[in-house]
Amino acid sequence: MGSAPAISPMVIFLASIFTSNMVLSNFLGMCSFISVSSEYKTASGLGKAVLLVMVFTTVFNWLIYHYIMIPLGLDYLRYLIFIIVIAATVQIIEMFMDRYLTDLHMKLGIFLPLITVNCAILGISLFMIIRSYSFLQTLLFGIGSGLGWWLAIAALAAIREKMAGNELPPGLAGPAITFIITGIMALAFVGFSGIFVVM
Amino acid sequence: MKKGAVKALFIRNVWDENQVLRQILGICSLLAVTNVLTNSLVMGAGLVFSVALSSLTISALRNFIPHRVRMIVQTLIIAAWVILFDIILKATMPDISRALGPYVGLIITNCIIMGRAEAFAQMNPPLESLLDGIFAGLGYTIVLVIIAFIRELLGFGTILGIDVNFLGFETWTIMVMPPAAFFLVGVMIWIVNNIVARKQAGGGKRG
Repeated sequence: MGSAPAISPMVIFLASIFTSNMVLSNFLGMCSFISVSSEYKTASGLGKAVLLVMVFTTVFNWLIYHYIMIPLGLDYLRYLIFIIVIAATVQIIEMFMDRYLTDLHMKLGIFLPLITVNCAILGISLFMIIRSYSFLQTLLFGIGSGLGWWLAIAALAAIREKMAGNELPPGLAGPAITFIITGIMALAFVGFSGIFVVM
Repeated sequence: MKKGAVKALFIRNVWDENQVLRQILGICSLLAVTNVLTNSLVMGAGLVFSVALSSLTISALRNFIPHRVRMIVQTLIIAAWVILFDIILKATMPDISRALGPYVGLIITNCIIMGRAEAFAQMNPPLESLLDGIFAGLGYTIVLVIIAFIRELLGFGTILGIDVNFLGFETWTIMVMPPAAFFLVGVMIWIVNNIVARKQAGGGKRG
């Protein structure tokens, strides 16, 4: 199983929210981050859905990787297997929510299929393998990264909503200014670095 | 396929509909690997390889894939090519493979490949799809190289790892950190939008 790095799971949890935030320092999940962030409510909904899927897929992928793929020597197929697990997990969560949590499903429904191709989800499974995290570290890494992603997209959407009425040079409006705002946010998050050290 | 058609396809994919600057696709890897030029070139090669061969395969199989399950089939085809590239990279350039870390695997979820599959490969013959994939990949690689060039030059004072800091200026560490990547992409999109807007206003040749 390889030796897990000796980092307290709590440190990983906090670090994955602030210092190594999925979006702002690892650039994962950018596509939906840029395109679904013009409205706070929708952005926050997507953030919650990502958090949910992220926690489940990291746990499933960790278990499958360590108890099925390693013993069978299927390590080289991990991209293929992870993406299937992610697609299946999203499908199962959607069916479960449709049956038992109808309200939540109505709110998050449209975002769930989109999440299959959100690279933050696959990225986090690959990170946990590369850094050989233990189960508890993986669980907290998943929760922390999901919270970090949610925090980033909700903050960006709130900023964009506030400045919706501002006049901008025509070429700068839309994606260009969104990148620049994100850059300033990333700059602020760089300020957290040094508080916790991971890797 | 006629020569003019190839040229039109090239211009459309590299400039008019540049995947990164015009469509805002494939941003994750773009931002993550551009702090060093060497990594960017390898990443660009990987994307050209994966998108071209995925488009070719998807196009060749387009009449056999049932419409309802096409997304999952496409994802599996893409994943197969990415795994192949990853294995080749690990065998030939282990250092770069380690530096790129998870981002090679993340080519699977790079929206450019799925975008080309959905928008082009599933309704065009294999040869056109192959070219379309190569050109879309090139459009991405060009942007990647421009950004990586600026970041490596200002951040480390080197190009392709060779020291070119003759003037002895203080290197800007911020350029190799995440925020600069966002700023540079934002500014590039702004510049390209302005060029396009000016061409349209001046009744330019290209729409």
